Amino acid sequence: MTFRRLWAVARKESLQLRRDPRSLALAFALPAMLLLLFGYAITLDVRNISLAVLDQSRSAESRRLVDAFVASGYFRVTRQLEDAGEIPEILGRGKAQLVLTIPPEFTRDLLARRPSPIQLLLDGSDANTATIAQNYAEVIVARAGLMPPIAGGVVIQTRTRIWYNETLESRNMIVPALIAVIMSIIAAMLTALTIAREWERGTMEQLAATPVQRTEVVLGKLVPYVAIGILDVTVAVIAGRVVFHVPLRGSIVLLAVLTLMFLVAALSWGIFVSAALKSQLLATQVAMITTYLPALLLSGFIFSIAAMPLVLRMVTLIVPARYFVVITRGIFLKDVGLGVLWPEVLALVVFATGALSLALRSFRKQLA
Amino acid sequence: MADAVVARALTRRFGDFVAVDGVSFAVGTGEIFGFLGPNGAGKTTTIKMLTGLLAPSAGTASVAGHDVRTERYAVRDRIGYMSQLFSLYGDLSVEENIRLFGSLYGLSGARLAERREWVLGMADLKGRERTRTQDLPLGWKQRLALGCAVLHEPPILFLDEPTSGVDPASRRRFWDLIDQLAERGTTVLVSTHYMEEAEFCHRLALMNRGRLIALDEPARLRRGMGQPVLELITDDAPRAVEALRGTPGVLEVGMYGRAVHVTAEDAAAARETLPKTLAAAGRRLERLTPIDPSLEDVFVALVRREGGAVAG
Amino acid sequence: MTQAVEVDGLTRHFGVVRAVEDLHFAVRPGELFGIVGPDGAGKTTTLRMLAGVLSPTRGDARIGGVSVVADPERVKPSLAYMSQRFGLYTDLTVQENLDFYADLHGVPRAERPARYDRLFTFSGLAPFRGRLAGALSGGMKQKLGLSCALVHHPAVLILDEPTFGVDPISRRDLWLIVHGMVAEGMTVLVSTAYLDEAERCDRIVLLHEGRVVALDTPATLQHGMDGRLRAIRTDAPRRARDVLRAHPAVAQATLFGETLHVAVPTADTDWAAITGALTSAGITLTADTPIEASLEDVFMELTQAGATNG
Repeated sequence: MTFRRLWAVARKESLQLRRDPRSLALAFALPAMLLLLFGYAITLDVRNISLAVLDQSRSAESRRLVDAFVASGYFRVTRQLEDAGEIPEILGRGKAQLVLTIPPEFTRDLLARRPSPIQLLLDGSDANTATIAQNYAEVIVARAGLMPPIAGGVVIQTRTRIWYNETLESRNMIVPALIAVIMSIIAAMLTALTIAREWERGTMEQLAATPVQRTEVVLGKLVPYVAIGILDVTVAVIAGRVVFHVPLRGSIVLLAVLTLMFLVAALSWGIFVSAALKSQLLATQVAMITTYLPALLLSGFIFSIAAMPLVLRMVTLIVPARYFVVITRGIFLKDVGLGVLWPEVLALVVFATGALSLALRSFRKQLA
Repeated sequence: MADAVVARALTRRFGDFVAVDGVSFAVGTGEIFGFLGPNGAGKTTTIKMLTGLLAPSAGTASVAGHDVRTERYAVRDRIGYMSQLFSLYGDLSVEENIRLFGSLYGLSGARLAERREWVLGMADLKGRERTRTQDLPLGWKQRLALGCAVLHEPPILFLDEPTSGVDPASRRRFWDLIDQLAERGTTVLVSTHYMEEAEFCHRLALMNRGRLIALDEPARLRRGMGQPVLELITDDAPRAVEALRGTPGVLEVGMYGRAVHVTAEDAAAARETLPKTLAAAGRRLERLTPIDPSLEDVFVALVRREGGAVAG
Repeated sequence: MTQAVEVDGLTRHFGVVRAVEDLHFAVRPGELFGIVGPDGAGKTTTLRMLAGVLSPTRGDARIGGVSVVADPERVKPSLAYMSQRFGLYTDLTVQENLDFYADLHGVPRAERPARYDRLFTFSGLAPFRGRLAGALSGGMKQKLGLSCALVHHPAVLILDEPTFGVDPISRRDLWLIVHGMVAEGMTVLVSTAYLDEAERCDRIVLLHEGRVVALDTPATLQHGMDGRLRAIRTDAPRRARDVLRAHPAVAQATLFGETLHVAVPTADTDWAAITGALTSAGITLTADTPIEASLEDVFMELTQAGATNG
């Protein structure tokens, strides 16, 4: 294998990339769009929860309780109810997600230091929102100093929220994982076209008739895409810090090295698909299915892996993005190093070498 | 009688690129009209404008009396079209393709049956009705495609490079068919890049880089060339060509098969100087005869006259 | 003397289709060898196998003594292949295309300026160095393709229909380049469906449906029909054609413009009887001369004789 030929292939590929507006859009515009979309628009935080209040006490204390809900910023009082009989309709029609019922003896119980049966009724049809609303509500009530300790225990849920991220910002959880997901999708899509396109256009036939070797073609083609991938990740990390204010607490060097490894795995997979299928149309579709959906759904990006059924948990083991998500979150938020991440790093190594050798082996210099 | 097809300053641009540049001509009923020129000359684009598949950027055209811009559907009723790319369905059988195109053209019942028989006979496909179209040899496929294009007996037929890559025997048979159709009154407009096929046309439009560079009967084009063409048989044609290039009085020299064709300013002068030039270069001249220029000679001369507009 | 190219029972099937069946021929060093036939004859398949980009189903071929089946990669440095579909990178410039192929073939940098100059002189591409290959005209693209193939001075040049659809002037230029290379000792295998181009080759192999129907010099093949082909002009060309086609002694009667080319199977045919048939049909002859067969006449005769179901 000669370096000169490899470099010739890399240079040709780079020139072509520079002049191909579609590839450039895919390589730069798409990641930017995804970052903005997921970073800004999607938030797992729940706000503006509609609250209906049935205040049967109508005292200064009960009003203070309601004000505490509004002041938290998470709730919006949309109805003041007169009668318990209205509740089924309100919840049934979705006019409110949460109903707060304050009994008539509220003030008296308060002064007598007796537990007061405040009722929180939640619309459980949106289970996620309901759980979160419940959490918020309990925290608010507890903070308002009105709820006496229950059976001697502490409200545990609040503590768990603080563990994930103290400002209750889901963004911190999403953005690092987002980097992993974007790279999964873009990398495979970019390279999925390259070899198939040359076969379809006819240039590969002529290339195959020259002394260039298979490894030189595959590695030469990888070079410009690795460069693009690194550029993309750099921009994403900077955007994460500067635009979204996600903390970067761990080692940048470690992040760079592991990103490179992940890129090799993802790009090689695209090349494998391209070389094996030889059809641009087919290659794009297969690349999409094997990277886009798994990265989005099975990497732990949004949906927690631990909550999945066993079969799917097993499937996530072969999704490279899953490991990279752990790595990025770890380095961004937790400042952990190889000592903790070694299982994920090992998995990445396996994927990178596996995908690369698949790519090398599947590319043949023959039409048939 | 009104002309079957008329084009006036027909032009088509694709962005900056002018594919067809101000082409004008008229084709009479029952005429076999050929568009001759290399790939990229604008033949296909012209045909597509005439059949209503592409809108002209400028200029006008009428086919069977209908304006191609404003009466596209009326035009399509009156024409048959065989495109450059194979337009039948490969995975359908011969029979199925005939039936499909027949019904698309509004044929049914007895008329369809009669035309079906005709197509099978003309394409020599009797007994092969069930064969999948893509399994037929190319010559047969082209004849079937021609048949399907004329199922509805259109008065005007457009054929875009119908014999590209076809073997010589099938090519000849194909032109026989075109001839038969023309004799029965069908106007045929056909494009090709094979110079010899031009002989089969009544009149030719030579095209190069979007422009119409000549329009006449083949024989008149060849006679009208003006400059004499001489054919030289030598012992080494390529070397002879090199030796003769640039000789005074020689306008054009090129190989044609194993012979050398020289377009000269003056025949008599050339008969004197050419043998001498060859002898000086060590070449042996076996024969020197004036010939009727081939259409290729004509084409080359016309392009050179236009300033060699083939480069780049 | 080692042959430049030896083809030994080369066969290629695609499923049930026999694209190439049992080819045997040899090409001498410095020969201009034509592989001739229409679409589907097997020309491209044959050349692809020789270039090592398609593996044969059976049989072998040797280029410079090296087997394309056993060791295709060792063959590639000494050959150049110009595929039928554009092997050029349309989004790279003329110069970038040339550099790329020069790199792949290991042309030393010191020698490149001289070689490029020479190629540019032949092709006239110098003013277009910086232009994207996709923006060149058809003829120019082919000249660029040829230049890229020649940049490393191959011993064997393989060209797949290099002049297909190209304008006549560029065609002549391309052939001049090819002849120039042959004169310098390069072995050139070229495939073509243009029978008039086939005439300029040193030797040709005629392929029909994947099989060899003839292998000889064009002159020999054409002279094989001496005395059996005449050009006949009449006052009713189409009727004359129909009459002659029905005549038992006539093998072929084809109309070229107003002239009929009439071919008969044997040299001792009674031409008088044939022309007599015309006069009996009330047709007047205006000219009747023996002519030399073109390769197309030869090809038609050979393929009609062994006509399969095509």
